[in-house]
Amino acid sequence: MDINYTPAELEFRDEVRAFVSVALPDDIAAKVRLGKHLSKDDHQRWQRILAKRGWYAANWPVEHGGTGWSVVQKHIFEEECAAFGAPRLISFGVNMVAPVIIKFGTQTQKDHYLPRILSGEDWWCQGYSEPGAGSDLASLKTRAVRDGEHYIVNGQKTWTTLGQHANMIFCLVRTDPDAQQQRGISFLLIDMASPGITVRPIITLDGDHEVNEVFFDNVRVPVANLVGEENQGWTCAKYLLTHERTGQAGIAQSKAALAQLKQVAARELRNGRPLLDDPLFRAQVAEVEIQLLAIEVSTLRILAAAQAGGVPGAESSILKIKGSEIRQAISHLLRKALGVHALPFVEEELDFDHAGELRHADYSAAPAGQYFNLRKLSIYGGSNEIQKNIIAKMILEL
Amino acid sequence: MDFTLSEEQQMLQDTVVRLVRDSYSFEQREQFYRSEPGFSWAFWQQLGELGLCSVPIAEAHGGFGGSGVDNLLIMTELGRNLCLEPFLQSQIHGAGLLQQLGNAQQCEALLPRVASGELQLAVALEESQSHYLLHDVQTRAVVVDGGWKLSGHKVVVVGGHSAGLILLSARTAGEPLDEQGISLFLLDPASVGVSRRAYPNIDGPHACDVVLDEVFIAADSLLGEPGRALPALRYQRGRAIAAQCAEAVGGMQEAFRLTLDYLKTRQQFGAPIGKFQVLQHRMADMRGELELASSMAILAACVADEVDSEERSRRLAAAKFVVVRAARFIAEQAIQLHGGIGMTWEYNLAHHAKRLVMLSHQLGDDDHHLQAYAELLKSA
Ligand SMILES: Cc1cc2nc3c(=O)[nH]c(=O)nc-3n(C[C@H](O)[C@H](O)[C@H](O)COP(=O)(O)OP(=O)(O)OC[C@H]3O[C@@H](n4cnc5c(N)ncnc54)[C@H](O)[C@@H]3O)c2cc1C
Repeated sequence: MDINYTPAELEFRDEVRAFVSVALPDDIAAKVRLGKHLSKDDHQRWQRILAKRGWYAANWPVEHGGTGWSVVQKHIFEEECAAFGAPRLISFGVNMVAPVIIKFGTQTQKDHYLPRILSGEDWWCQGYSEPGAGSDLASLKTRAVRDGEHYIVNGQKTWTTLGQHANMIFCLVRTDPDAQQQRGISFLLIDMASPGITVRPIITLDGDHEVNEVFFDNVRVPVANLVGEENQGWTCAKYLLTHERTGQAGIAQSKAALAQLKQVAARELRNGRPLLDDPLFRAQVAEVEIQLLAIEVSTLRILAAAQAGGVPGAESSILKIKGSEIRQAISHLLRKALGVHALPFVEEELDFDHAGELRHADYSAAPAGQYFNLRKLSIYGGSNEIQKNIIAKMILEL
Repeated sequence: MDFTLSEEQQMLQDTVVRLVRDSYSFEQREQFYRSEPGFSWAFWQQLGELGLCSVPIAEAHGGFGGSGVDNLLIMTELGRNLCLEPFLQSQIHGAGLLQQLGNAQQCEALLPRVASGELQLAVALEESQSHYLLHDVQTRAVVVDGGWKLSGHKVVVVGGHSAGLILLSARTAGEPLDEQGISLFLLDPASVGVSRRAYPNIDGPHACDVVLDEVFIAADSLLGEPGRALPALRYQRGRAIAAQCAEAVGGMQEAFRLTLDYLKTRQQFGAPIGKFQVLQHRMADMRGELELASSMAILAACVADEVDSEERSRRLAAAKFVVVRAARFIAEQAIQLHGGIGMTWEYNLAHHAKRLVMLSHQLGDDDHHLQAYAELLKSA
């Protein structure tokens, strides 16, 4: 046993570090570190930079333009990117729909969609959840009825992350209302510009516009946009969910957030001294750092096992739970570190280009809102309660 | 021992319950939030007309002379409906300081106007670096001919943007962090050299920062003896904490109620989600936290007006600590049990959650009060 990176892995890390340190635009890094708003263009700029280097599609096989990296390499890559303040990649296209297309799609679909994802031409969003179908996704009601070479889609999706930027949405739709829940579902790719689609913003408690409702009113979708077989969409969905969950531990983001927490706590004062020197606060920072270390080693251990045997199993549920909890705990401490300065809700300071005088510090405007926003981590991608059900069933066989 | 309300107290409670129910729907609150002062002057006037503004103020000064429990009853209902008015800051904290430190003339001139709701006060104690420590005062006041000259910076003064007068701590002697040398002044925000930057707080109420650039104020703006304000600042913060705990209990009760209702109505997997045992246990845990927090809010209300003592300080610190922890647990779990819907601006639950979490950023967080308690820990 050896818990250290191999020389080859270390070399890879240096290569990534050297690249990211130079290639990542300073303004994007500052926005991420300080929690300022990222525009669509910011995301796309960074994607293009990675794509040019051949590092955008880390999870794809080489023949489609992927990196062919091992899971450890992917982990190193994510960690280096986050450490320099790179934005987390919007995964709906590159890491969600693409693996499904690669696994279940037709050659035509692969040829059409994959290059457009790599180039950033298409921005995808995920149309799974509905008002009545959250944790119980299989109860979804959005209907697709065959009409010659088209499906006619009617229904509503909700919580659609960044749907306002997207030109494509992948949806789970019901194609056979008589079949048992999971059976009658299909996986459909829909152009957001289709007549009959309406996108309406949902404002979250932090005042942000990140999620949307998407309404479908007699939307015509070519049958050619079906991925896999009709009524077999659940297989695609499950395949995608495992992919979604693996990346969700978010260790790299937590490490970057912890570094930011320490910097802020070193600058905020209590009793004339840095808050970080306050024994009680310092102990809490130590506690999250210890916890994070344990989660990181576990991630590597589980990834290494997966490396040998394909997609990780129910252990990814453990990582999702632990990873979301630690990220939330760090965001709690960052908010706490700001004392009264966490209270002001000065929205214009979330704009990086805001020219006015800062109310307190460049880092103080975002953390409270972020703390509330990050409650989502334990809700989406399969809530933490649902993850525990999976663990109980799959690992514990209860 | 007696935990029941008197007949008078029940009437008071009924009055507030009816008032907020009739004039403070969540939709109205959203309008108040977006309006100019960030709350409703009309509602404030109603609080005055119904005599509620006068409850915390002594009879001698035109008030009702209410007890800590009376304040608790009002604050709980204001908390239940997420009211945005600076009642705590003005009627409890501000008026309390004025009453404790002001001389007869100052009290006579101002308190009746505060009691009627005509004059709104705010309290400016926090500074950029102070992190809840009342003696960490760098704002300075120096004696000049006929009065004082103030320079410095106060932050996150809740209700300070709309206040007619701001009670403000400043150092008249000594070094930063000295306990001696701190004085309290009455500041007219319209004075030359005062600038205010207003904003909403993330939990709803509006606040401002106050910058003082060589502001001249008259000699009679000093409250109490120069350099000796700290004990009163601490005592009155204790009263404010008691009120804050009561407000939080109202919010927790409402967040709890909304969540319980939701568990009974939201269907997933063919059943109301309240049928899932893990959620039942979570609700039971929340109920337990709520129970302890309610008790501590009552304890705080009962000791808030006692003569200053270590025991009083300990109990108030303990109350704030328990309430902060309970409020965060209930807020986080209420969102969690709602799923995505609990995170939306449109739904009042999310605003309760924000209020409950952010309560720890005013008048000291759980760490602050744990340390305060530890320092006063009895050795045996
Ligand atoms: C910020 C955000 C972004 C999102 N982005 C997207 C997106 O881009 N695309 C998309 O399709 N969806 C998205 N979602 C939706 C997300 O996947 C759902 O919120 C999630 O599946 C939970 O569903 P729900 O919100 O309806 O909660 P519900 O399923 O109603 O759950 C409510 C509560 O009940 C619990 N619960 C439910 N069932 C059980 C059970 N069997 N046992 C124990 N507890 C249970 C849950 O854990 C939760 O605590 C997003 C959500 C959020 C908050």
